[in-house]
Amino acid sequence: MALTGLLTFNILNSIALLVLLSLGLGVIYGMMKVINLAHGEFVMLGAYATVLCADAGVNLWLAMLVVAPLFCGLVGLVVERGLIRFLYGRMIDTMLASWGLSLGLIGLVTTLFGNTVRGVSNPLGGFTIGPYQTSLYGVFVILLAMAVCGLLWAGLRYLRFGLILRATMQNPDMAAALGVAPPRIYMATFALGAALAGLAGGVLAPVSGVSPGMGAAFIAKAFITVLGGGPAIITGTGLASGLFGTISELASFQTTPVFGQVALLLAAIIMIRLLPQGITGRFLRRSV
Amino acid sequence: MSLSSGTASFLAMLAIGLALLVGAPMVFDLFALLQVTVFVAMAVLALSQGFIWGYGGIMSFGQSAFFGLGGYTYAVVAMNAGDSTGAVLLAILLPTLFAALLGYFMFYGRISDAYVGVITLTVTIILFSVFNSTAGDAYTIGNAPLGGFNGMPAVPPLNIPGRPDLPLEPEQLWYASMGCLVLVYGLLRGILASRFGRVVVAIRENETRAQLLGYDTRLYKLLVFAIGGGIAGAAGCLFTNWGGFISPTVFSLATSAQVLIYVLVGGLGTLLGPILGAIAIQYLISLLGAQQVINANLVLGVILAAFVLLVPQGVVPVLRDALARLRPPSHPRAKPGNGLPDAAGVEAKP
Repeated sequence: MALTGLLTFNILNSIALLVLLSLGLGVIYGMMKVINLAHGEFVMLGAYATVLCADAGVNLWLAMLVVAPLFCGLVGLVVERGLIRFLYGRMIDTMLASWGLSLGLIGLVTTLFGNTVRGVSNPLGGFTIGPYQTSLYGVFVILLAMAVCGLLWAGLRYLRFGLILRATMQNPDMAAALGVAPPRIYMATFALGAALAGLAGGVLAPVSGVSPGMGAAFIAKAFITVLGGGPAIITGTGLASGLFGTISELASFQTTPVFGQVALLLAAIIMIRLLPQGITGRFLRRSV
Repeated sequence: MSLSSGTASFLAMLAIGLALLVGAPMVFDLFALLQVTVFVAMAVLALSQGFIWGYGGIMSFGQSAFFGLGGYTYAVVAMNAGDSTGAVLLAILLPTLFAALLGYFMFYGRISDAYVGVITLTVTIILFSVFNSTAGDAYTIGNAPLGGFNGMPAVPPLNIPGRPDLPLEPEQLWYASMGCLVLVYGLLRGILASRFGRVVVAIRENETRAQLLGYDTRLYKLLVFAIGGGIAGAAGCLFTNWGGFISPTVFSLATSAQVLIYVLVGGLGTLLGPILGAIAIQYLISLLGAQQVINANLVLGVILAAFVLLVPQGVVPVLRDALARLRPPSHPRAKPGNGLPDAAGVEAKP
């Protein structure tokens, strides 16, 4: 019973991390059909921002929840203006250019901070499920993922800005005819996606090693979650994270964490073959 | 372009290749020759990517998967068998079959270009994770330990077929590598000149139209992808031979990106471009590796982004068009919309 509880908790934790990691990518891909291969590096920048702030004496929660997203949002803004906006509508070219950006950011951070693994200490203690000790930070991650999804959903559903965002996504020409400037919306969307990636990086900083190459470990997971989720950003990402997170956690439990990852990626490939439009391309089409 | 000028350019390229094959050992000292040997191995890899991307229109982000698989296959078989001949054949065959399997999955599933990119990328990352975790005695094939992150050192070099006691000297390895490059180039030119190659280019230009004309585009793409996989495997085999060593880094994202950069810099829709791109970029990397100031990833990233933005068609097509502009124009050139050259200009160009 306690083991089941622990396993459930781990599964929820893994789903929550996957949601946080994928949401930024999902926003950018879902809204703009831009596959941002530098997503992992935005996560990395968020983690670095958190670590550097924490080292400078800033409150860790402030660094993680405010500084990291703001910093990455700004970086996203610069990247959109300087690189991505020239390539809208050329999907493969955006992938290549953002891959270049990804390599460049890895190189830049390596030059600045060296190819070493940093970290911050976990701010929360642990608690026990029966005889098992587990981390309270996991609870925070689960709650945060739920809160971010809820806020994003409410924002898209009820705010005027959310309405404009969805309208531009559906039909940019019509939105432009009604007085919206699509380029400005794209800019804001890209920055929002980058900020979400930064938030994920901040949240990851205490639980994973922070190094220039850390993004590569997340990028594949985040991609297939977004592609597997389909066009509805929040519902899709949530459902795909639920499915893949469960599979990877169960496989990790049975074998090793590496094969947990492999199982996740294999499951994703099979699912893309079965549902090429993603989960919400087939089911729940009217969701956000 | 008439066929005769195509044949002429092909023969010229072949002559240059053979001249380099014979001439390089006379010009370079042993150290330089070894360095050029690895450039050539990477050029073979670049040809595989250039073929499937530039001619087949298949956006593979994971050519390094077949490259690494070829390298590992060679290492495992050569360590077990002693003689390297079977190892070489398997190092080409296994990636070909793997590419065919993956291609079946992707092309018969009719998934879009972007998904092909993501799936190939995912497969590469899977292989990286798997090979990274193969440390320890449990992962030994015959008497070849896979070695996890540390890779497999002391891989036996190529030998004269049937004579395991006669391993190739560095100079002979150059002949083998450059010979392989010339052979692959010739093979691809032959394929592109054949009916099969023309259908492949037609599919790249307009897949729906090719389908309506009765071609099974899935099968053609599958075959192109499998051929590309085999060539990448051969390149991996050469690479492993060059260093006598292979590690999971061959599956890393950086390797996959490098291959794309070779092709993008050299020129899409040409065979000469990827070769020159591979040599230029490898040379640049070796220069960057010799100093400690600028990070190689930073430079590669800037090159990749800059070429996508500014020179998306690559260097060789730009030079070719510039040369063509010097001559009096016979007909207005169609401007390619997708970064690929027009079909008419494809088959006769190097």
